[in-house]
Amino acid sequence: MDCINNLSLCLRHSGVDAGLAEFVSIFLGVVLVATFPLLVTILLIWVERKFAARIQDRIGPNRVGPFGLLQPLADVVKLLTKENITPTGADRPIYNLAPPFMVAAVLLIWAVIPLSPIHYGVDLEIGALYFVAVASIGTLSVLMAGWASNNKYALLGAFRVVALLISYEVPLALALIVPVMLANSMSMVGITEAQWGMWFVFMAPIAAFLFFIGSQAETGRAPFDLIEAESELTAGFNTEYSGMKFAMFFAGEFMHVFTNGVLMAVLFTGGWIGPFVGELPLIGLVWLMAKASVWYIIALWVRNTLPRLRIDQVMLFNWQFLVPLSIVNLLVTAFLLQVIKMAGLTPADPGNFVQNIPQTLVLLVGNLVEFGGVLIMLRNRGRRERIADAAKGLSAPVHAVGD
Amino acid sequence: MNVLNQWAFIGVFFLLAPLLPALPIVLGGVFAPRKPNAIKQATYECGVETVGDTWVQFKVQYYVYGLIFLVFDVEMVLLFPWAMAYRDLDFFAFGAGFLFVFLLTDALFYALGKDALKWD
Amino acid sequence: MVIGGITPEAFAFGLFTILTLGGALGVALNRNLVRGAVWLIVSLFGMAGLFVLLSAPFLAAVQVLVYIGAIGILITFAVMLTRSMTNLRERFTNQWWMSAIVAGLFFLFLLLGVVAPVWGSLSPDQAPAIVGTTEQLGVSFVDGNQFVLPFEVVSLLLTAAIIGAIVIARHQEEEE
Repeated sequence: MDCINNLSLCLRHSGVDAGLAEFVSIFLGVVLVATFPLLVTILLIWVERKFAARIQDRIGPNRVGPFGLLQPLADVVKLLTKENITPTGADRPIYNLAPPFMVAAVLLIWAVIPLSPIHYGVDLEIGALYFVAVASIGTLSVLMAGWASNNKYALLGAFRVVALLISYEVPLALALIVPVMLANSMSMVGITEAQWGMWFVFMAPIAAFLFFIGSQAETGRAPFDLIEAESELTAGFNTEYSGMKFAMFFAGEFMHVFTNGVLMAVLFTGGWIGPFVGELPLIGLVWLMAKASVWYIIALWVRNTLPRLRIDQVMLFNWQFLVPLSIVNLLVTAFLLQVIKMAGLTPADPGNFVQNIPQTLVLLVGNLVEFGGVLIMLRNRGRRERIADAAKGLSAPVHAVGD
Repeated sequence: MNVLNQWAFIGVFFLLAPLLPALPIVLGGVFAPRKPNAIKQATYECGVETVGDTWVQFKVQYYVYGLIFLVFDVEMVLLFPWAMAYRDLDFFAFGAGFLFVFLLTDALFYALGKDALKWD
Repeated sequence: MVIGGITPEAFAFGLFTILTLGGALGVALNRNLVRGAVWLIVSLFGMAGLFVLLSAPFLAAVQVLVYIGAIGILITFAVMLTRSMTNLRERFTNQWWMSAIVAGLFFLFLLLGVVAPVWGSLSPDQAPAIVGTTEQLGVSFVDGNQFVLPFEVVSLLLTAAIIGAIVIARHQEEEE
């Protein structure tokens, strides 16, 4: 943002009207921040395809350019020349608006992401809440696409997906409250800077875990890919889309996965924080992208190795497990923070690694105890279910397993 | 950088964000062939001809999910400022937050007990 | 920062007013319920913009999150529950003169009750600057001398809402 102010100043000194200078600099800033993720997405298409191929013991794209690196460009050219078919009976205005809004919902998140100590769109005071709010626009565009297509499968798919998305938004946002609490700030810049001493993933591993699962579900990917349960719903809410409009849904999805990686990096693993950031701020971008890539690769790994769950399992997993766990986790963290304060373990200098160790240990042990409790509860429940199944004669009694 | 300028940035972003992805779609409209015919534009249901109306009636289950989500949404929204100020607050604030969350968790367990959140 | 004699604030205010009123008109005049819901979202979005201009960014985010994200979806779900209302070809008859009169009366009451008492006593100079207030809001939620009781009552109300919704939904399922 400093850059924007400097540009505005520079323009003003060259004799441009002050208002215009400000507008031009803001406009250029927006273009810069918004095109960055779009350009990254083009590369992601290759990464995604190559990675999926390797996991499935294939080679993946290798014809266009070295290592198939130019494959995304070939894809774009192909998609540009594909016919756009609009089904009869579709509600045209809404049908056409849905794909751009799907991408926009993800793009808008980037406005508040700090890319380096001095490079970011805006430092909104309510950054975290802004992210949750903007993400809900994506849900709406799924609903719009499904309804406007005039296709039963699309409508049914859209309804299922929306039910899934709104359900998983609850643990996602509840997990997001934890870093806000730890940083004492809702701004993304504030949350990043609060991690100078210690990354939040060590203070709140369960919150990070919940946020990761929630965000994986928000992208609608395996094991939550009910969006395109091909065997049941043709292709889900985007059944009737073709050509570039169809591509936009996928561009939005690819970008969403990477954006989630970036969010994980910002919220839990210190964002742009790393060595030499003080001397050369731009290197923060490298650290951020490196951390985001790690989370991104984990997301791809999960996507490509886990099978799809049934919708009733997905919903039950959320409401019976994730939501209660996120509530308990929130309260445990809140309680421990008060205990830390009473015991005087709050670091005098939050940026100091050594001073951060006591409070991190308290929070970490709290999280581990919580995790142990959850495991015991799950174990007991599993055993109860097995016994009940055995009583009904559904399966052979399983004394050996778990006992 | 004053606060209103920040929101000017967000405002411009909101205007531009749908336009950027719209650009390739418009470009596609220029390059793509356009040969519509009735069969191509028919509703795609795996080759079977469509029977009946698309906009069918949905079950009440979805509405229950929507309502419960709305309730939790409001809860989250109220918890965010609480969390933001939390490190400056005392045990009383923890108690207040605890009671707030506890009452809602009650409702969640009521819903779970009644099997209202079960998909069938 | 002034462009062409109009301040950006004035321009934004005009834009958001058009969105709000235009969206509301769309809701009132559209004969298809789902399209009406989309117009409602447009209108609510305009309101969110107005909240930003009123130096309440927190409320703006709440507006987008709760009203657009949750209530918008809830309304669409509700519409889909009512058979045939969602069909693009089918139109529902709206007795809109009646509704117009009732809405007009309500608006008049609002003007008399809320706007009239403060009319003229506020000048633009008194408008507070846009500052961060969310943290103060958080403190006041759990301050014994401020809003801690309303805060807990809200929670109770939300609990009642969930229980009510479930009871009604189950009742309906049993009837089917």
